[in-house]
Amino acid sequence: MAAVTEAPPPLAPTAPDDEPPRGRGRLTPYWLLLPGILWLLVFFALPVIYQASTSVQTGSLEQGYTVTWHFATYWDALSEYWPQFLRSVLYAACATVLCLLLGYPLAYLIALRAGRWRNLLMVLVVAPFFTSFLIRTLAWKTILADGGPLVGALGTLHVLDVTDWLGWTSGHRVLATPLAVVCGLTYNFLPFMILPLYTSLERIDPGLLEAAGDLYARPATTFRRVTFPLSLPGVVSGTLLTFIPAAGDYVNADLLGSTDTRMVGNVIQTQFLRILDYPTAAALSFLLMAAILLMVTVYIRRSGTEDLV
Amino acid sequence: MRLLTWIKRHLVVAAGLLTLAYLLLPNAVVTVFSFNRPKGRFNYEWQRFSTDAWRHPCDVAGLCTSLGLSLRIAVWATLGATVLGTMTAFALVRYRFRARGAVNALIFLPMAMPEVVMAASLLTLFLNLGVRLGFWTVLIAHVMFCLSFVVTAVKARVMSMDPRLEQAAQDLYAGPLQTFVRVTLPIAAPGIAAGALLAFALSFDDFVITNFTAGSTVTFPMYVWGSAQRGTPVQINVVGTAMFVVAVLCVLAATAVGNRRRRHTT
Repeated sequence: MAAVTEAPPPLAPTAPDDEPPRGRGRLTPYWLLLPGILWLLVFFALPVIYQASTSVQTGSLEQGYTVTWHFATYWDALSEYWPQFLRSVLYAACATVLCLLLGYPLAYLIALRAGRWRNLLMVLVVAPFFTSFLIRTLAWKTILADGGPLVGALGTLHVLDVTDWLGWTSGHRVLATPLAVVCGLTYNFLPFMILPLYTSLERIDPGLLEAAGDLYARPATTFRRVTFPLSLPGVVSGTLLTFIPAAGDYVNADLLGSTDTRMVGNVIQTQFLRILDYPTAAALSFLLMAAILLMVTVYIRRSGTEDLV
Repeated sequence: MRLLTWIKRHLVVAAGLLTLAYLLLPNAVVTVFSFNRPKGRFNYEWQRFSTDAWRHPCDVAGLCTSLGLSLRIAVWATLGATVLGTMTAFALVRYRFRARGAVNALIFLPMAMPEVVMAASLLTLFLNLGVRLGFWTVLIAHVMFCLSFVVTAVKARVMSMDPRLEQAAQDLYAGPLQTFVRVTLPIAAPGIAAGALLAFALSFDDFVITNFTAGSTVTFPMYVWGSAQRGTPVQINVVGTAMFVVAVLCVLAATAVGNRRRRHTT
């Protein structure tokens, strides 16, 4: 998954320039590629095209659909479901920021401070993955339950008054509010933030940090001027790996949220699997894909040219 | 000044450990509630201690069947994705060919796309072609999204491989097949194993794409999803806890073996 910021692979070491493979050997790469690429073309690229065509079809389930270049579907879908769209981006952005704030200290701790505890901590970060994420998300229903100790404590500390006022929670409950959904998203995608951060922090030459100290940089300065800039590749791929799946997620909004926290993923799922309005669902899914590809491209460009220096 | 540094240093440790607690808290809850005897249909509130669920894990209708199905799909999807992915990775690292950029993009895009988009578009394909949804459509989908992860894992390993080792084998009169089986494959094995493990975990735990492509077939994640509506049996927590414990033990054992081997060789 480091492919997000991966440099282009070096040219093949065993294919020397002066001696191109002859005869059968020249076709070898194509034979090797054929099955995998064919699979991706038929079951990944072709479906995207089918989906684009479905989105401009009109008709009904009974009489079948025909392509009528009915682009109004996009307009109708957007004007009806823009709140869900906006909510998806907002929730995913909040979750990504929270993941970065929570994940950075842990990645830093494991990469630079843990010493012989490093392996154990790594195992503990990855281990939750082995329990189905749906079961773990359901556990948040218990943790955030109305009568539970956590909500009780937050109520006593008047935290819920503040979050109620901000509109993050309502009626002194956490479950079925935006806060619960963002909390679930943050929880579910946190490891995707920690792992790339860890990888780039672990690569930092400790000599550089010592040199900064020798040159009378205070720890905070060392962090700001040396450690953090060097960990930026991890920050970039971590934020992408968190934001993309979070924006399309519908599991957290469904299990921990309410009808007021529905995200675009929920709409796509309902339209496709329950209401069976395929053109609208396809249009929404296509819009989500386009929006994410656009944001990712802009983000990679920006982080590549300005921040990564 | 020194005090401030001390606090700051331990602030990072404290923040890191808090995050770790946040990550592990749900697993603790899952484990504790696997010993619960709930009153109603839902296992969200603690009632009293019981080991019933652990003694009769398959007593709930459909749970163990779905678990078996998930395992079967995961094994086949892992096999398919690992074979296809390894071939693709070797082609990408070892050869020059046209359309290399397009191939790289085709492998990268499935990882950069929200699952729900892939799921929805795959469903449109299947609906348009009139394919009946079930085991095979799920398997096809799982191989598709696991493939890219296997390619990435294997590519990283093959790229760091010293090509001179293979040349040496050929200098010593090993045929191409012999070189591949005796030299190339053993060196690439850790990358292939990592890719296969990742594929297995992704396939076994996949919900979104499966939900769209499974029709009325029920895998384990779909069973859990359905139970969130109908009522959550304690046995779900038993399965979750057991998977967690087994996985942690496996990883710790592997680390211990690796450490011992390293100590022996140095």
